[in-house]
Amino acid sequence: MYKIRIIIFFLFTAIIACKGLGSADVEVVKVRGERIQVNDSIIGEESIMEFIEPFKQHLNKTLDSTIAYNPVLLSKNDGDLNTALGNLMADAVMEQVNPIIKKRTGRDIDMVLLNKGGIRAELPAGDVSARSGYNLMPFENEIVVAELSGKQMKKMLSYLEKAKSAHPVSGIKIKADKDYKITQATINNKEINESETYYVATSDYLFYGGDNMMFFKDPSNLYPSDYKLRNLLIDYFKKVDTIKASIDNRYIRE
Amino acid sequence: MKRKDFIHNTAAATAFLSLGGLSAFATKPALEKHITILHTNDVHSHIEPFGPEEGRNANLGGVARRATIIEKIRRENPNTLLLDAGDIFQGTPYFNFYGGELEFKLMSKLKYDAATIGNHDFDNGIDGLYAQLPHANFDFVISNYDFRNTIMDGQTREYKIMIKDGVRIGIFGIGIQLQGLVNDRLFKETKYLDPVEMATETSHKLKNEENCDIVICLSHLGYQYRGDEISDVKLAQKTENIDLIIGGHTHTFLDKPQTYKNKAGKDVLINQVGCYGLYLGRIDFYLDEKRNLKADGAGIAVS
Repeated sequence: MYKIRIIIFFLFTAIIACKGLGSADVEVVKVRGERIQVNDSIIGEESIMEFIEPFKQHLNKTLDSTIAYNPVLLSKNDGDLNTALGNLMADAVMEQVNPIIKKRTGRDIDMVLLNKGGIRAELPAGDVSARSGYNLMPFENEIVVAELSGKQMKKMLSYLEKAKSAHPVSGIKIKADKDYKITQATINNKEINESETYYVATSDYLFYGGDNMMFFKDPSNLYPSDYKLRNLLIDYFKKVDTIKASIDNRYIRE
Repeated sequence: MKRKDFIHNTAAATAFLSLGGLSAFATKPALEKHITILHTNDVHSHIEPFGPEEGRNANLGGVARRATIIEKIRRENPNTLLLDAGDIFQGTPYFNFYGGELEFKLMSKLKYDAATIGNHDFDNGIDGLYAQLPHANFDFVISNYDFRNTIMDGQTREYKIMIKDGVRIGIFGIGIQLQGLVNDRLFKETKYLDPVEMATETSHKLKNEENCDIVICLSHLGYQYRGDEISDVKLAQKTENIDLIIGGHTHTFLDKPQTYKNKAGKDVLINQVGCYGLYLGRIDFYLDEKRNLKADGAGIAVS
């Protein structure tokens, strides 16, 4: 390295006619900045397109076959505290993950909690493909089930009161007043009891503190499902054939 | 690259000397040197362009088009560097299917010189990142992740120096705090070191020991926040040897580099080009002898 620098220094010196300048003797005198839009007026480099092609074909073959039909556009913004798309996703988690957890622990999942921000796309009306699952959930998150105490459940409710957001839920029924204060929260038609524990399914992202869901910290037990949210959505779509999802009264404000 | 420079330069020096002295260069030539920096950030596995129906990103992006632009610029100015500020991974099924292989292979084909590591580059775990390294024919620079107790130990560099037309360009990288952003079972025992401290130390070394003419920080800290979090703007203000910060993470669309004053009152440029490869950033540095600098002290204007 040192030797290289000496020689470069020397060459440089020669070029500028023995002025004795090293590279440290130059400095920036002018800067121009621009951003170049990569748009469709630019013809893509052939060799790069050729290189991508086999990857693309394999991917499209897997992604674009129709697996279900969706009658109406579903968006995460079409409701107040529960949305058709959020309900669909939370219910899909309940349906797909519960058999796994029941088999492993002998107990049913009590509720599902996801986050609104984790819904990354709309589900357009028309044919649903595996690609729809990737659009909704591009991340690699897996479902985990945390056994939470009644106290932790109460913390979850205060989190929801502050969040004032349509975080998708399933298995729980929540009523709030107009200021989002929760007046009633029931699981299996029973008020949440401080002396009991509850199986709450969520994504590993949220479990590990994502979206500041700190009430998941130190659960009594934690059960991984080894099931990615995206994959369970795709499996669920295949199973239901026609998607039925609606806003309901699971989490409402009076 | 360096070895090639070495051989090339040695041969050239020899040739000059064999002319019998340096009298052929008695008149002072114009020294001005031109270095072009091209950069991307947060490309998030966007290999193909967006389709015509895809809202505000419709018909934008695409690696093949980026390759066309880069090649054209390199033909105009061979003294061009190509850099990336992290979050190469995650965002399209290409990542889910191939784990980042295609992203790294394409960046190698486009001849990226260096990149830093973003939080999403840990999405398949630190092992998932390590597994794709054989496909990356470019360097990863990061100063403030201590990988010693992980599989990534020895796989990244504290900095890289590129010499173009005799101009020494030092490139280093700064990553964002992973705790709270990435599951710890994904980044495992990666230790996050203070970005200001590490940037101060590395940029000092590049400027004063390695005698770099331009010091570039590839940062995945994010452009600016309302709170106290460290950001590119804060990093610029709290250090004194960085000339250019190429940022990422916040998907901030800047139409040209922004100028901030560093701790010593000198200008630092910050640039970021949004995300998904919709834009390619371009910064052209023109250098001259120090004594030729106009003495108005007004700093360097970015046009």
